[in-house]
Amino acid sequence: MWNSPAEFFEMGGYALYVWCSFGVCALLLILEPLAINNRRKAIVNRLKREIRAEKFDKEGMK
Amino acid sequence: MNALIAVIRRDLLLVMRRKSEVLTILFFFMIVTSLFPLGIGADTALLRKIAPGVIWVAALLSTMLGLQRLFASDFADGTLEQMALSPTPLGLLVGGKITAHWLVCGLPLVLLAPVIGIQFDLDTSTLGVLILALLIGTPILSLIGAIGAALTLGVRGGGVLLSLLVLPLYIPVLIFGAGAVYAQSVGLDTTGHFSVLGALLALSLFFAPWATTAAVRIAIE
Amino acid sequence: MSTTSSNRVIHWFKFSSPATFYPLAGKLIPFFWVLTVLFGIAGLWISFFVAPVDAVQGQGYRIIFVHVPASWMSMFIYIVMAVWAGLGLVFNTRLSAMMAQALAPTGALMAFLSLWTGAFWGKPMWGAWWVWDARLTSELILLFLYLGFMALQASIDDPRRADKAGAILALVGVVNVPIIYFSVKWWNTLHQGASVSINKSPAMAHTMLWGMLLMALCFWMYSIAIALMRVRTIILERESHSDWVRTLEEVK
Repeated sequence: MWNSPAEFFEMGGYALYVWCSFGVCALLLILEPLAINNRRKAIVNRLKREIRAEKFDKEGMK
Repeated sequence: MNALIAVIRRDLLLVMRRKSEVLTILFFFMIVTSLFPLGIGADTALLRKIAPGVIWVAALLSTMLGLQRLFASDFADGTLEQMALSPTPLGLLVGGKITAHWLVCGLPLVLLAPVIGIQFDLDTSTLGVLILALLIGTPILSLIGAIGAALTLGVRGGGVLLSLLVLPLYIPVLIFGAGAVYAQSVGLDTTGHFSVLGALLALSLFFAPWATTAAVRIAIE
Repeated sequence: MSTTSSNRVIHWFKFSSPATFYPLAGKLIPFFWVLTVLFGIAGLWISFFVAPVDAVQGQGYRIIFVHVPASWMSMFIYIVMAVWAGLGLVFNTRLSAMMAQALAPTGALMAFLSLWTGAFWGKPMWGAWWVWDARLTSELILLFLYLGFMALQASIDDPRRADKAGAILALVGVVNVPIIYFSVKWWNTLHQGASVSINKSPAMAHTMLWGMLLMALCFWMYSIAIALMRVRTIILERESHSDWVRTLEEVK
C-alpha cells in the first residue's frame, strides 16, 4: 500500500490534517489517564498524611 | 385550583411591588435587539433577514435573566420549604410560579416583539407569525428554564451556570420559532414549524413541572 | 461483611457499595487496558495499512477512523452516564452517581475530539475549519451539555445534592438530545448547509467499516478503563472518612 515511509507520513498531501487529528487523539488519550493518576496520587498522599497525623495524635496522648 | 390561583396572584403581587425587576428585563430585550443593527449595519434587506434570529435570541436571553428570580427569593426566606410542606401538591405550586413567571417575563416580550419587528422592517404577516410563535415559545422557555432555576438554587455562580445549563436546551425552540418567522417572511409554509412548537410545548408542559419539582425538593432538603 | 468464595451465586448488589466495588474495579482496569491496546493496534493497522484510498477524498478520509469512533463514544457515554445518574436517583445509591461523575469528563473529551477531528477533516474536504453541519453542530451542543453537567456538579458543595441535581440534568439532557439532533438536522437542511458525510463515497469498503468498528471498540474499552480509574479516585475522595479506606494498603 505504501511504497516508502516518506509516502506514509505524507498521506497523499493530507499529512497536516491526518496527523493533527490522530496526534491530538493520541495525546489526549494519554494525558487523561495521567491526569487521573495525578489526582489519585494527591488523594492517596493526603490520606497518608491524615492517617500519620492521627497516629501521632494518639501516641502523643500516651 | 384555588392554591394555583393563589400562588399566581401572590407572585404577581410581589412583582407589582418591584416593577423595576421586570421592566429592566424588557429594557434589556429592547437594547439587545438594537445592538445588532448597530453592530452589523442598517441595510433593511439584511435586517429583515436577521430579524427572526435576533429577536428570538434576545427573547431567550431576556427570559433567562428573569429566571433567577423565579425561586430565589422564596428559597432565601423559607417560603419554598413551607410550600413543600403544605398539603397542596408541590407540583401545582411550582406550576403556578412558572405561570406567573411567564405572565411577567414572557408575555410582555410577546407584546413588545412586534414593535421590535417594525424596527427590523418586517411586514404585517411576518409580525403576526412572530407574535404567535413567541406566544407558543415563551411558555416553553419558562418551563424549561424553571428546571435550570431549581437546579441552581443557592448555588455559587448560579446566574451564569443557569445560562450554561439552559441555553442548549432552548435550541430546538429557537430553531423552530425563528424558523417559522423566517419562513413566513420568504413566503414559505409555517404549519410544520408550528406543529413542532406545539409538540414542544405539550412535551414541556408534561415533563418540566415534574422535573422542576424534583429539583426544588433536592434543593431544599 | 459479605462472604466471597463459597457461594456459587454472585450477589451483584454487594458491589453497589463503594467499599466492595473499589477492589473489583481495581482488578478489572488492567483487563480493559489490554483490550484497548489490542483493539487499537488492530484498528490502526486496518486504518493505515488495509483500508484502500478513497476515490473522492484521497488519503485524508482516514480521519474518519478516529472521528466516527469519538462521535459514537461521546453519544454512548452520555446515555450511559444518564442511566447511571438515573439509577442513583431512583435507588439512592452513591456509587451509581459516582459512576456518572466519572464518565462525564471522558464523554466531554470524546465530544471535543469529534469536533477537533471533524474540523481537520472538513478543512481539506470542504474548505472551512467549521461548517454548520447537522452532526457537528449537534456534537457541539452535546459538548455544552457535558460541560453543563460538570459545571453544575462542581458548583454544588454538598456531594449528595450535587449527585441528585446532576442526575436530573442528565436525564433532562438525554431526553433532549434526540430533540436537539432532529431540530438541528432540520435547520441544516433548511439553510442548505454543507454536509460532512462519509456516505458520499459509493458503497463504503468493508475494510473501512471494520476499521471504524475496531477503533470504536478501542475507544469503548478505553472509556471503561478510564471510568473505572476515575471512579476509584472519586471513591477515595468521597469516602475518605470511612474505615475501609483508612485500612487500605496504599494509604498505610
